[in-house]
Amino acid sequence: MSAFRTQTGGRIDRTRKVHFTFDGKTYEGLQGDTLASALLANGVHLLGRSFKYHRPRGILAAGSEEPNALVAVRRDEARYTPNLRATQVEIYDGLQAQSQNRWPSLRWDVGRINDLLSRFFPAGFYYKTFMWPKSAWKSLYEPVIRRAAGIGKSPTLPDPDRYAQRYAHCEVLIVGAGPAGIAAALQAAKTDARVIFCDEQSEMGGSLLSESAVSIDGLSAADWVAQSLVALARNPRVTLLPRTTAFGYFPHNLIGLNERVTEHLAQLPEHCARERLWQVRAGTVLLATGAIERPLVFAGNDRPGVMLAAAARTYLNRYGVRTGSRAVLVTANDAAYQAALDLGAAGVSIAAIVDVRKNPGGELHAAAHRAGIEIFAAGTVLGTRGSLRISGVQIGQVDGSGAVHFKRSIACDLLLMSGGHTPSVHLFSQSRGTLSWNEALESFLPGTPAENQRSIGACRGVYALSAVLEDGAAAIAPQRFTVTATVTSPSGWLGALPRPVDSHGAKAFVDWQHDVTVKDIQLATREGFHSIEHIKRFTTTGMATDQGKTSNLNALAIASDRLQKPIPEIGLTTFRMPFTPTTFGSFAGLSRGDLFDPVRRTPVHPWAAQRGAVFEDVSLWKRARYFPVGDEDMHAAVNRECVAVRSGCGIFDASTLGKIEIVGPDAATFLNRLYVNNWSTLAVGRSRYGILLRDDGFIYDDGVIARTATDRFHVTTTTGGAARVLGMMEDYRQTEWTDLKVWLTSTTEQWSVIAVQGPNSRRVLEGLVTGVDLSAAAMPHMSVARGAIGGVPVLLFRVSFTGELGFEVNVPSTHGQAVWEQIFAAGQAHGITPYGTEAMHVLRAEKGYIIVGQDTDGTVTPDDAGLSWAIGKAKPDFVGKRSLQRPSMQAPERKQLVGLINVGSNVPLNEGAQVVETRAQAVPMTMIGHVTSSYYSAVLGKPIALALIAGGRARMGQRLYIPMPGGELEVQVTAPVFYDLEGARIHA
Amino acid sequence: MTRQRFSALSLFLRGLSRHRSWQIQWRKPTPKPAYDAVIVGGGGHGLGAAYYLAAEHGMTNIAVLEKSWIGGGNTGRNTTIIRSNYLFDESAALYDHSVKLWEDLAQVLNYNVMFSPRGVMMLAHTVHDMQSAQRHIHANRCNGVDNEWLTPEQAKEFCPALNIGSNIRYPVLGAALQRRGGTARHDAVAWGYARAADALGVDIIENCEVTGMIRDPSGAIAGLETSRGEIRTRKVGVSAAGNTSVVMRLAGVDLPLESYPLQALVSEPIKPVFPCVVMSNTVHAYISQSDKGELVIGAGTDAYTSYTQRGALHINNHTLDAICELFPMFRRMRMLRNWGGIVDVTPDRSPIIAKTPVPGLYVNCGWGTGGFKATPGSAHVFAWTIARDEPHPINAAFNIERFREGRLIGEAAAAAVAH
Repeated sequence: MSAFRTQTGGRIDRTRKVHFTFDGKTYEGLQGDTLASALLANGVHLLGRSFKYHRPRGILAAGSEEPNALVAVRRDEARYTPNLRATQVEIYDGLQAQSQNRWPSLRWDVGRINDLLSRFFPAGFYYKTFMWPKSAWKSLYEPVIRRAAGIGKSPTLPDPDRYAQRYAHCEVLIVGAGPAGIAAALQAAKTDARVIFCDEQSEMGGSLLSESAVSIDGLSAADWVAQSLVALARNPRVTLLPRTTAFGYFPHNLIGLNERVTEHLAQLPEHCARERLWQVRAGTVLLATGAIERPLVFAGNDRPGVMLAAAARTYLNRYGVRTGSRAVLVTANDAAYQAALDLGAAGVSIAAIVDVRKNPGGELHAAAHRAGIEIFAAGTVLGTRGSLRISGVQIGQVDGSGAVHFKRSIACDLLLMSGGHTPSVHLFSQSRGTLSWNEALESFLPGTPAENQRSIGACRGVYALSAVLEDGAAAIAPQRFTVTATVTSPSGWLGALPRPVDSHGAKAFVDWQHDVTVKDIQLATREGFHSIEHIKRFTTTGMATDQGKTSNLNALAIASDRLQKPIPEIGLTTFRMPFTPTTFGSFAGLSRGDLFDPVRRTPVHPWAAQRGAVFEDVSLWKRARYFPVGDEDMHAAVNRECVAVRSGCGIFDASTLGKIEIVGPDAATFLNRLYVNNWSTLAVGRSRYGILLRDDGFIYDDGVIARTATDRFHVTTTTGGAARVLGMMEDYRQTEWTDLKVWLTSTTEQWSVIAVQGPNSRRVLEGLVTGVDLSAAAMPHMSVARGAIGGVPVLLFRVSFTGELGFEVNVPSTHGQAVWEQIFAAGQAHGITPYGTEAMHVLRAEKGYIIVGQDTDGTVTPDDAGLSWAIGKAKPDFVGKRSLQRPSMQAPERKQLVGLINVGSNVPLNEGAQVVETRAQAVPMTMIGHVTSSYYSAVLGKPIALALIAGGRARMGQRLYIPMPGGELEVQVTAPVFYDLEGARIHA
Repeated sequence: MTRQRFSALSLFLRGLSRHRSWQIQWRKPTPKPAYDAVIVGGGGHGLGAAYYLAAEHGMTNIAVLEKSWIGGGNTGRNTTIIRSNYLFDESAALYDHSVKLWEDLAQVLNYNVMFSPRGVMMLAHTVHDMQSAQRHIHANRCNGVDNEWLTPEQAKEFCPALNIGSNIRYPVLGAALQRRGGTARHDAVAWGYARAADALGVDIIENCEVTGMIRDPSGAIAGLETSRGEIRTRKVGVSAAGNTSVVMRLAGVDLPLESYPLQALVSEPIKPVFPCVVMSNTVHAYISQSDKGELVIGAGTDAYTSYTQRGALHINNHTLDAICELFPMFRRMRMLRNWGGIVDVTPDRSPIIAKTPVPGLYVNCGWGTGGFKATPGSAHVFAWTIARDEPHPINAAFNIERFREGRLIGEAAAAAVAH
């Protein structure tokens, strides 16, 4: 056992030794140690290097506020995590920790040169230089700055771990399991409330875990905690969540919790998430987040071995670790004396206590006197010595005139400090409660809350243990506690300690991690950065990974002193989530790979996959893009599929089209108000191509709409538009047209849609469909009828997106594949060929049918697309009608849909290529439009294209040019129909 | 007033005297009773406009009023992405004007704004994305704006952290890269403009909220009521981002603006690992690495209008879904800080830089999620508009009348995404 481990006491398990490495060297710790406590037990105080000056740094604190002791932990090649606080890392057998931001080693770090040259690198120095020559910023200065910046290193491999997420509701959420939180939880458990009780540490108990000399209701602090937790754990309505940080407070009492599930285990259990994100909606939130001890600001306050007094006490009483052999305490309050007394009792020599107060007193002060410890009142620290560990401290005293005199140098290897406490109001402030400055406590305390919430205990400035317990309980129901504890007065010190006027040169740190000193803040105020937000951004104080938990108030006080303005007038920077850094993976949770977005597959998908189809993502759907035969590439397959449809028969899975059933006596009126078309005149058993605009008059969606009964319409939408069209319809129905009797139901997944297209399509279906006369006379284009195939009821549309005679067979989804296979089998005699979305695109482009989102882009009106025929001219109104009447919506120079054919080339144009009017234009060119769709048409034996061209319809026959990187292409404007111009085939 | 020059030499010399002789970067003047022009809103756009009014139009008796601290709105809250590869001619001209100003801004202002043209790569995940990217590339080329297509392998070479495997829901099919795009140091932009404007005599007045607009009998602007007293002026330029609609209502002008919370976040700082900017509109993520080492990540806007500067948790989660998909090695990285700003959005998602129906009142707003990149260009043409009482050719199309006339600049609509 190491020299720094006590013989008895503490909460570590002395029977279970744990071996771990730090920078490759093996150390022994005990079960229950943090990496910090285990290293301290081994006498290791040097843990890292600071961000800017690469100064050697040790361990300042014992909890999540630690600014210095950042390490990387490597579990295996893919499980590497940078920037962890050694004070929060629980050790396990085999843990590998590494120091950061040093080269070549932690003890010998070349970056230390920054410290020697620091005079030339004050706060914000980079705004003033690196501007000449201009090109050197990107090529030289910035790369050098970047390499110097950063702390840890990124993981390099994909994280193999999984992350879980959970939603929960409770009546009472309690954050922080110190005395206030436990007292509140015990009371809440007596009610019938569901209680969630979380704490960021591995063990619940908070400050009581570090107490040696108090009793509660006749029990030691440890026994009272243990007894309370057992009682709470037995209550089925109480959920105890240790290792769980309440990181964020969102509106309406939604709290984000991050639970670390496996990180402390030597062996990772299989199938267990590493972390769990809880999103808790709570009736009442009780914040029992405690207070953080504040460091003192003096020259050389950053050396390894300079530590917060309460942290040293925690290491001793909770972990059984002496953090030094010879200690000096510098304090501004009584409570820190307890650290000196406890350490003294454990065999640490207490060389002196420097009390910055003029007239210190109180029970603990008297006890220190009795223990023979030398105490300097009105004391201050002028500087410290030591390189990789503190070796001595220079003490000063302030005389009656306020002048500071050197008093004595004292050798020590541990300097404890306490500047008082800063209540942890992070979550309160995140919830948008207003903070108020308490002059007596020199603290910002929770004022008016914005949520159903209460702060209890030290986080609202209540410090005496009995008061804390009663404050906690009273949040639910009052309760008395019998407490034995020393009473101390909560005084403190804000800002820099008194120092001689000529004390320049030495660095007094305010923000340890970012190396922000008193002088940096003074420089900021000198240069006009007077708002605390400006001071923060200019000096980077409070912007490190600890977000200023130990530094913000001191920075504020120094600025206040410089600007001669009271602290509340300078204000606070905004508290933001997360309270402590929180793993990206936990926010993402299960959203990865196929669970990133739901994958939607049609009933025909397995058939298509078996057939070797190549799929594409269209919104959430997987759609068969083409069906290659043998070693066909896409173009060969698409050519073959297109020819098959035009010459015989093709079969196509159109199931992904959105479908909405609109039912009710006002269904036609509803559609009249939404779509541009007139629906009143649509007969039952007939369908019509509908266009939906946004209120700005631009095309939003399109699709065929059938009237299946007087009060019933079957609306189809684009594949990608299904959800947003239904959303838009519901928006209007629920907020604008509440008078209409109409109901909307998404039926996209209820119907499987099989398109059978081509001159042979009627022959294929004739033998299969019962109950419907498929003849042209009985079932003309754009008609709809109910029938059956093999006993399965079908809704049969005569409709075509290919320009051929065609049908779309709607069958209940569960029968989709079976009916598809029946049709496919029946079609064998007629050359039936499965085709995919790519062939579908070519076929529709040959006919000039638009695809919303490809041939339109949110700036295209129905007239632009050549679809003004669809508008119900007599209708009083529809969504977008008023916008269409704006002058420029009717301008003749608007971009209009036309066809383009190549002149002198047989290579399809690039989709997206820009069109110009004249040759060889200089940049910037005058572009008059662009190619929206472009394909090789196998049936026509040439490329075809659709384009939006300014004033396009007046340009028929005109030659235009397409400037490409390799030279100009020439095209000719045509009508946007290339095949079967008179439209006879569709009516066959 | 003369300004100390910033340079390596001055830093060294003043370092010898312990930096005690640095001047204040901008004065803390008391508002004068009257100015020739007043800019409302001390963000990059407003401070920049004041600078260009003084530097290029000789208007030095002017003030910038900021209700809080300068650069504290969206200037100090964005993800600092700069690019100009916009589709429409009007947008490309405006944003490229801006990129050109960015390129010299540090030297012009004598303030290192750290413009870093590290390349902005926009990923394509679907056939539709590819079509849209190609259309942008073609249009940009004809407009003289650089933008090039990368295969997935080339994209990975440009950004080694990118996952181009097929093991993700929407595999990367390629990317459009603008090499002249990049990032800059947002705070320095506000401070640099403030310092340079102040040196030309501009009064930058913080903690001064506009509470009313004073009109003369003809209806024209005659002055402002503020929390620090009345200020007379014949020209007011409003550049108040998310609060523009609130300020403009003081003059009875209703603008087609909606304000939404938009959030962003940073990771803990790490050594250089991410050399460029990557954006994906389909899975919705923006990411770059700051000079300080933090991964800077942009999320989407909330679904509902609000003036509260924080975003919803699920929006944040959705963005980190995407980041972890595209960069699975960052899954173990940790979020250090998340914050929100208020973005003002127009119906066509393009800005308004224009005269208003009130004589003497000008407005620069509606930048939505993309205002930072435009800071110098927007400020430059806004100053022109105020000084000459007529728009610069570059911002002529970004007027208010376009919404009434239907002459929209549907940039986002064209990309079918936010921008």
